Amino acid sequence: MAFLAITALSLAFTKDLFASVMLTGIYSLLSAAFFVLMDAVDVAFTEAAVGAGISTILMVTTLTMTGRYENRKLHHPVIALSVVVVTGVMLVIGTMDMPAFGSDMAPAQVHVGPYYIMQSGEDIDIPNVVTSVLASYRGFDTFGEVVVVFTAVIGVLALLEFSRKDNQVGERPAPMFQHKILRIVSKILIPPIMLFALYVQFHGEYGPGGGFQAGVIFASSIILYAMLFGIEQTRKAVSMPVVKILAALGVLIYGSVGIVSMLNGGNYLNYSVLAENDITGQHVGIIIIELGVGITVATAMILIFLTFARRIGKTNSNSSTKEGTA
Amino acid sequence: MSFLEQYNYWIVIFLMMSGFYIVIAHGNLIKKLMGLTIFQTSVFILYISISKVIGGTAPILDDRYTIYSNPLPHVLILTAIVVGVATTALGLALAVRIKEAYGTVEEDVIQEKDLQQEGSAE
Repeated sequence: MAFLAITALSLAFTKDLFASVMLTGIYSLLSAAFFVLMDAVDVAFTEAAVGAGISTILMVTTLTMTGRYENRKLHHPVIALSVVVVTGVMLVIGTMDMPAFGSDMAPAQVHVGPYYIMQSGEDIDIPNVVTSVLASYRGFDTFGEVVVVFTAVIGVLALLEFSRKDNQVGERPAPMFQHKILRIVSKILIPPIMLFALYVQFHGEYGPGGGFQAGVIFASSIILYAMLFGIEQTRKAVSMPVVKILAALGVLIYGSVGIVSMLNGGNYLNYSVLAENDITGQHVGIIIIELGVGITVATAMILIFLTFARRIGKTNSNSSTKEGTA
Repeated sequence: MSFLEQYNYWIVIFLMMSGFYIVIAHGNLIKKLMGLTIFQTSVFILYISISKVIGGTAPILDDRYTIYSNPLPHVLILTAIVVGVATTALGLALAVRIKEAYGTVEEDVIQEKDLQQEGSAE
């Protein structure tokens, strides 16, 4: 915990944005370790894959477009600091009323939490309670979140892809291609990463994992490929229109499972009616919607990365011509 | 003992406030987004701290254990992380567009340019 605090503090004071990005990566990895300590293995898994992997890459990609160093000047640091300190002190006073850490009598532990733990074994019959809550009890929420991810992708595409006037971006040599060791090791690594993603996808009911994590891991293998062999090469290997359709298809799969369960006489996203037996129905439903989640998340991450990376060439050439004319 | 009972929450508050400070005090849009990420993660840590039960184990059912941590916050945070990265990507995309339009991602420079434009329009 103290390490987290130190990292956050140094992040507040460093001026080199590249260093800050690396610090956010370290921060995510540390918080993932903390989540393991707190028994939240699924969450730790996600944080390690997303925070330390994808978001760091995205930040670095953006930095190549926006410049590495930030302005020395801060906005009224004294006022900002005093606002922060006052808010912080008020929050600390608030914690005096919080239940003690780890107490099993805390309000959060006495409502639906025990129900999920006691009943999910009988209702759904899969060992990972997190998966059954995610996919079945709170399937509505998860559907909403998948839609949010999908919407964010549409936003990124609208901002960066469609506004591009010229489609001609010169083929640049892949930055990492010259490093023979990197290239060979990554070539060996990519298939196991993809395989691991599939394992995480279909093993989510028994161990930590599921559609969200699997999607991110799968996307990271594609991103690794893109970093080694260049964006254009990846666009040839992974057809963009297909990826876009797949992203929508994932949401469609999830939503239509709900509709099918309605047609079978149940409530929206009530999987028990999907098969003759309640429990089998739940299993079928969970596997299908996890597949939908996995497809959407994976394609979303791939799309976001490729769109950002493709933008690099254009932005840099644009800003240099602007500086030239000015 | 009471100090240790609240220790987690205090670290959360510290992290949250450092994120908040970065958001207000720094003018660089990318840095602001990083501050938001820190803020966001502090909320994740708060939720996960709440879900912990002392003596419990990860919520994967097994005959050998009887006490589990609360799975509900785990679910909420797991999805929040993925949604968080998607929305951060959207923010970064906006920053890239701003860079293309203004040639900078520093807040005060952008404001200056806006004022100049208004002045020249009049």
